Amino acid sequence: MEAAQVNDEVNLISKTYRFFSFADYSVQVVVLGVIFMGMGCGLMGGFVVTRKLSLFGDTLSHAVLPGVAVGFLWSQSKNSISIIVGAMIAGFLGVFLISLLKKTTKVSLDSALGLVLSGFYALGICLLTRIQKMEFGNQSGIDRYLFGQITGLSNQDVWAMGISCILIVLITTIFYKELLVTGFDQGFARSIGLPVDLIQYFLWMLLAFSVITSLQVVGVLLVSALLIIPAATASIITQKMRSLLLWSALLGMVAGVIGSYLSFLGSQLPTGPLIALTSTLLFILVLFLHPENGLLFKGLRLRGKERKIALENTLKAVYQELEWNKFSRDTVRLGNLAKRRRISMPEMYQEAIHLVNKDFAFLLPVKDKTLPSENTLSLSPTGWSEACRIVRNHRLWELYLTNEVQYAADHVHEDAEKIEHVLGDETVRKIERILSNPRTDPHGKLIPSQQDIEQGYIDKMIAKNLP
Amino acid sequence: MTEFFPPLDFSDTFWAPWATQKDFAWNAQIVGMGIMVSLSCGLIGSFIVARKLALMGDAISHGILPGLAIAFITTQSNALFPMFIGACGAGLLCSFCIEWLHKKTPLKMDAALGLTFTSFFALGVLLITQMGNNTHIDPECLLYGEIGFTPLAESIYWGSVEIGSRPLLSIGLVTLVIILTITVFYKQLMVTSFDQTLSVSLGLSVRTIHYGLMLVLAITIVASFESVGVILVIAMLIFPSTTASFFFTRMPAILLCSFPLSIFYSFGGFFLARWLDCSIAGSMVVVAMVCFGIAWLLGTENGILTNLFFRKRTILDHSN
Repeated sequence: MEAAQVNDEVNLISKTYRFFSFADYSVQVVVLGVIFMGMGCGLMGGFVVTRKLSLFGDTLSHAVLPGVAVGFLWSQSKNSISIIVGAMIAGFLGVFLISLLKKTTKVSLDSALGLVLSGFYALGICLLTRIQKMEFGNQSGIDRYLFGQITGLSNQDVWAMGISCILIVLITTIFYKELLVTGFDQGFARSIGLPVDLIQYFLWMLLAFSVITSLQVVGVLLVSALLIIPAATASIITQKMRSLLLWSALLGMVAGVIGSYLSFLGSQLPTGPLIALTSTLLFILVLFLHPENGLLFKGLRLRGKERKIALENTLKAVYQELEWNKFSRDTVRLGNLAKRRRISMPEMYQEAIHLVNKDFAFLLPVKDKTLPSENTLSLSPTGWSEACRIVRNHRLWELYLTNEVQYAADHVHEDAEKIEHVLGDETVRKIERILSNPRTDPHGKLIPSQQDIEQGYIDKMIAKNLP
Repeated sequence: MTEFFPPLDFSDTFWAPWATQKDFAWNAQIVGMGIMVSLSCGLIGSFIVARKLALMGDAISHGILPGLAIAFITTQSNALFPMFIGACGAGLLCSFCIEWLHKKTPLKMDAALGLTFTSFFALGVLLITQMGNNTHIDPECLLYGEIGFTPLAESIYWGSVEIGSRPLLSIGLVTLVIILTITVFYKQLMVTSFDQTLSVSLGLSVRTIHYGLMLVLAITIVASFESVGVILVIAMLIFPSTTASFFFTRMPAILLCSFPLSIFYSFGGFFLARWLDCSIAGSMVVVAMVCFGIAWLLGTENGILTNLFFRKRTILDHSN
């Protein structure tokens, strides 16, 4: 048992070495093939996904099947050229039918795609099952066009892939501007005199090229994975078209190499699904772990912001509580704060601890532990100025909205509740200048002034006259 | 080319399948299976197309594959119930993933859909190829099905009386369930399909009905995947109602059209496949495609010829 395990491990290492040293001729063919394929599909996918036409690629890849069958029937052999020509024609017919359906009928785009996809595919299946019953049909597993089989990749196939990949790279570089403009703003493209429909067909032709040459590796059914997934991953990494295309091509290549390596490890492992799943895995990794746009870091940043807002709201509640007592005391009870913040006592206690940790307040615990709501809190100088700042932002903004923007006084609170956390010093000073250093907000409450913040308390005379 | 199209032997194609009692029983099961698959798909598909969810149907039918594979691996049989649980689980997970990606990430709907179902499908294919050579479930069979095997499946007995083969019974049951669901929930389905605002104001939960529909779709796919395969299910979902919509605009008429159309598809596909000796399910879709082409050409609503000769051009048309 143990020996078998060791043997397995040695086998794994030697296979890994064999794969990545590229010494084997068959490995060279395969790796070259998947690199060409990943690059071509990745680039085309970038264009297709940004045009919101991901499923067009899926339809096209199914629609080429009858063409593959007819091409096979024509040459009666697995001759690449006639199969590629047949597939091109079928793909074009499919695209043409979709646009015709959209132009002349009320059938919606998704139904049109579904009709062409399933209809052409079924026709292809009929032809293939018919061919298998004929004399020459058995000579090659034409089935491999459905699921792909990388080990059968011939020299000629890799040449075809390489040529189509180079064509795609060349054409997308030369016509980059035209493709970009027609992809994002058709009206503008038309107005500067670009033949939008022609360019669209041109794009489908390139797409058909990359789909057809990838068929033998991943099969009809998973080409769309190669088109969509790397491009979708790239669209999470970047918003710029040029780097999106580069990322998409790179991810396509990486997924291709890793997927074919994995399928090289076992004897029964199909290449197409493994390449597709590798790109899905890359997508999931990027989706969660990308430093800028990853959900994990985004979530962490969001939580940091939420905590800051909660803290500021508590400080504001402390101020309001002090104000409610007309600043006669400098401590507030946690129970009252919890009521004001509409949170539970344990949550309030946590908030108080946060405040203490940030040096914003001092907690004066009561001796009787059964009465947590009797604990009192008093603000430190920094806490006081922070609390004043928030309240000032809030009330200034309310006044600004009523006086300058003509909001009704009972409509301004919600807005101020949000903006108080993000107003910068400069904006505050500007608003103060516009409103000429006001002291009362629309609800008649005191707006703490810069002086109040600096001296650390509200003047007794003012506090006494508070409403 | 002559080799490809064998001469049409009229009696062998059209008469021989029904000549003896044994042949009749055998072939009637195949045609009956075809009728019921296309009928149940056509009925549910009318609503799916009306909701512009045709590609969601595509996605779900691909997405259930890993569920089927896992159910098969854990139970080592293709009994309907575990398969059904697996398929529904995977189908719902698939539609949740699509919605989540659409809402929580910058991905557009089409990319979210394409990404999810291709990944699910790839996982399904990988699992199935790892199950070894099994006659009941192999990837090709799942994809284009083999309706011709219907009479070969084990029979189900009521006491000692044989009541039919398993796939035929399960699809029959599903067809009944679908017809019942549509009659009972017709109003709700219509309102949520065509006017979401109204349905919200009537207190109907659009989400519940959406997921209910997806569930019925998953059941239909499970019951038919053995015979027509997951991809041809999509064809049967879309073709009947879009074909009928060239003649009728009202939902009840479109739903009723599914009945004659599914009978025609099945017989037509059966004879075509018998003549050319090819996949029956594929031939059914080819027949459906031909029907669609004819309807497109001749249809009274937006048909090509009608538009050419009879349509009154209005200002609105020109502005479009």
